[in-house]
Amino acid sequence: MKEAKKEQIIKTALKLFAKKGFFNTTIADIAREMGMSVGNMYNYFPSKETLAKELLIYTSRKFGEEIRKINEMQLSAKDKIKKIVELYFRKAEEEPELVDYFMRVYLSNREIFESGCEGMLCVSAFVTEIMIFFEEAVRKKELKNQDFFTAFGLFMGYIGGLAFLSKEKILPKPLKDYIDDVSENIYNALKA
Amino acid sequence: MLSKLKIYWLDLVTCYGCSHSFLNHPEFSSFLDEFEILYHPILPFSDFEAENIDVLIIEGAVNNLKRKGIDINELLQNLIEKSKKIVAFGTCSCFGGIFGKGVECNKINIPGCPPHPEWLMYVLNMMKKGKDIKVDEYLRPVEIFSYTTHMGCIRNEYFEWKIDAEDFGSKEGCLFYYQGCQGPFTHSSCNKTLWNEVNSKPRAGTPCFGCTEPTFPKENLFKTETFMGIPANIPLGVSKRAYLTISGIAKSLKNERLSSKLFRNCDENK
Repeated sequence: MKEAKKEQIIKTALKLFAKKGFFNTTIADIAREMGMSVGNMYNYFPSKETLAKELLIYTSRKFGEEIRKINEMQLSAKDKIKKIVELYFRKAEEEPELVDYFMRVYLSNREIFESGCEGMLCVSAFVTEIMIFFEEAVRKKELKNQDFFTAFGLFMGYIGGLAFLSKEKILPKPLKDYIDDVSENIYNALKA
Repeated sequence: MLSKLKIYWLDLVTCYGCSHSFLNHPEFSSFLDEFEILYHPILPFSDFEAENIDVLIIEGAVNNLKRKGIDINELLQNLIEKSKKIVAFGTCSCFGGIFGKGVECNKINIPGCPPHPEWLMYVLNMMKKGKDIKVDEYLRPVEIFSYTTHMGCIRNEYFEWKIDAEDFGSKEGCLFYYQGCQGPFTHSSCNKTLWNEVNSKPRAGTPCFGCTEPTFPKENLFKTETFMGIPANIPLGVSKRAYLTISGIAKSLKNERLSSKLFRNCDENK
């Protein structure tokens, strides 16, 4: 019960952060939107910083769960890359606040996350699944064996960058129109 | 007093490292009070014919070689039939190892390249007392080989926090990430029963080569095999997902004490 409520608060907070910005949104704003008292709100999240961290863990876990499903499919690395790109672009279109939060709040305000989200701590669910994807693809000799972050940066930096451009309304076409070309580029860059 | 257990030591294709390991056991002289050696290839025996063998110890791999006109395989079969118990000592006679094929018969395997002398001492003493020796799927005594080399390693704290020894020979840091250490997935008690009573490979800064496993020897023993930076072999008993999660967390939390050299102050104080 408490978990379900927490999830609702997280979703509401994500929307407000995306609309008004992280620093302009207060716990009181989130409580009002939820129809809860501020006091009750603090029972769930003792501070906005705590909420910010939980949000990151939540987002990372959601993405991680989806990528895990792709990892468990009987598909080639090439097809899995396309599935991951599809997933990311779909999320960016359907739940833009998720990507927005990650880029504008997490990546831009590291001081909030210094204590409690050090290194990969709060995004480990997501990063672990990407590691498993890469490890298995290299083991099967489908992708080239190289440093993890060289490959990770190429993959995530590329699709994250496009999602950002889309959000900024710079991309002339909707994100989904880029899935095929982007997936192919990633595969060509990483293949064995 | 019980009669001495009669031992016949047969050498197949071997470097004799296993013999040297055992002959250097610190209690070797008192060993001779309890056991009688009927034949050993590098001790002065003129005759290799023997009867009433209690334990046949085989060192070295099976290979179709003749020695002084004698077919060694025939000699081996003959000795196996004449012996009450058989021990394969060293990875060559257990699994083939460096030199060929393992010996196929009803035996107890004590692998290692070489194996620790105390491991054979344990098996022989158990046999002398008529005790049952429980073995694993590779016929290795569980009391010795249920452990991993990793257990008891003094570098374990570095392993916990994912801090690597980046240079060969470094006294600090774990050898699992770069240096090729196979300790977390190799069965042995090298870090429980120490070598020469003082040390082990990983303690001294050499990675575990996995020499007690049927997969020995692999290539590139001083380099950890990785796929996209992720170790190809992970510790036993844990899923890859669980291992990557916990190691990612440990690395992120960063142990400050172990992240810089423990011995650094020694230089600064000079």
